[in-house]
Amino acid sequence: MSSPFTVTLETQGIACDRGGRRLFEDLSFALAPGDALLVQGPNGTGKTSLMRQIAGLLPLAAGEVSVAGAEADTPVAELCHYVGHLNGVKASLSVRENLTFWTDYLRTDASGGDVDAALGVFGLTPIADISAGYLSAGQKRKLALARLFACPRPIWLLDEPSVSLDVASVEWLRQAIESHGKAGGIAIVSTHVPLGGAFTHTLDLHTVDAAEEPTP
Amino acid sequence: MKAALALIRRDIALAFREGGAIGVALGFYLVVIAIAPFGLGPDLNLLSRVAPGLLWIALLLAALLSADRIFHNDYEDGSLDVLAMGTLPLAGVAASKSLAHWITTCVPLALLAPVLGLLLNFPIHTIPLLVLAMLVGTPAVSFIASIGASLTLGLRRSGLLVALLVLPLYVPVLIFGVSTISAAVTGPGSPWPPFLMLCAISLASMVLAPLAAAAALRTGFR
Repeated sequence: MSSPFTVTLETQGIACDRGGRRLFEDLSFALAPGDALLVQGPNGTGKTSLMRQIAGLLPLAAGEVSVAGAEADTPVAELCHYVGHLNGVKASLSVRENLTFWTDYLRTDASGGDVDAALGVFGLTPIADISAGYLSAGQKRKLALARLFACPRPIWLLDEPSVSLDVASVEWLRQAIESHGKAGGIAIVSTHVPLGGAFTHTLDLHTVDAAEEPTP
Repeated sequence: MKAALALIRRDIALAFREGGAIGVALGFYLVVIAIAPFGLGPDLNLLSRVAPGLLWIALLLAALLSADRIFHNDYEDGSLDVLAMGTLPLAGVAASKSLAHWITTCVPLALLAPVLGLLLNFPIHTIPLLVLAMLVGTPAVSFIASIGASLTLGLRRSGLLVALLVLPLYVPVLIFGVSTISAAVTGPGSPWPPFLMLCAISLASMVLAPLAAAAALRTGFR
């Protein structure tokens, strides 16, 4: 996070269909460097779907997601880190090997990668050489989050990042989101756990849903 | 390119650490070839005549045993999401994973084939050609299998479905693989024309199959 990011993210009228049902529509927001968006809403209102749409993993039913300030022709997905419900941790590789692989895989020539520093952020250094299969759920989650630091990218998409983290780690996470914002990064986080004053914007998906959807 | 190399290296490391898939494929190949003489009888001339076909068919089936795993594990643990967000296009992901499958499954099978050929009275002087033809023909096996694996992503017990989808596509590999070796063992004619066709099939599937697999993967994310 040494080089400040200058990317802005904008969504225009995006909509999401899941299983033939419209979850939300006409959703527009713009995030400037340093902004952090908290996505709230009851279960099933499309928080995860929104994240996956921005990450390019789900098709948009309408609208578009655009970024400005990055090199031309860079897909939005290559500017994003997505940490979802699944951690993407391989049990038969060690903690360090897992993170080294993701760093090698995700980094571009422009963005460096520092595996050791990233392991240190969540205190994974003492267990760096044991097999990831022996980690607890919280430690696996920390390993997934360590990707954010090993390979800097301007936009963080964190879907329930605090699940199975202990209180101290949630506090670290809050600080990490804040310092990512200070470096000019954008964070979009869905969480049911209060992460304090780290956020500059709030998006309540329930109200979008209720306001736009006609009663059947 | 670095990303593709990192992915291939990781997949090879995973295959050897977890071990199961390679061992099962090699064991299956050994057992199928070892029981064939019990079914066909101890006629050495007959065995050496059917050996090329048996060795190829058993190799295809053995390679298919692990084919549905090409994307499955990464899909289950969420790695595939992150793989899709790298600088490597999805077709590059599919190609890297197919190549890793070839290195970890098909190459060991092709190297085991000479030993199994001895069980079938396969003529020793054609063994180098057998291994060469298998090494050249099996990239098509792995790359075509990746199409089936990506189409059945997220299904339970997808292995049999992959076999049904993919085995018909293996017919050209089988025909030209067997005719290369048969031509060398019994003649007439030169083994090289079918061998070159085998090369062409492998090259074409290395180019085309990742595109098809990537398209199937994209729908698999939904």
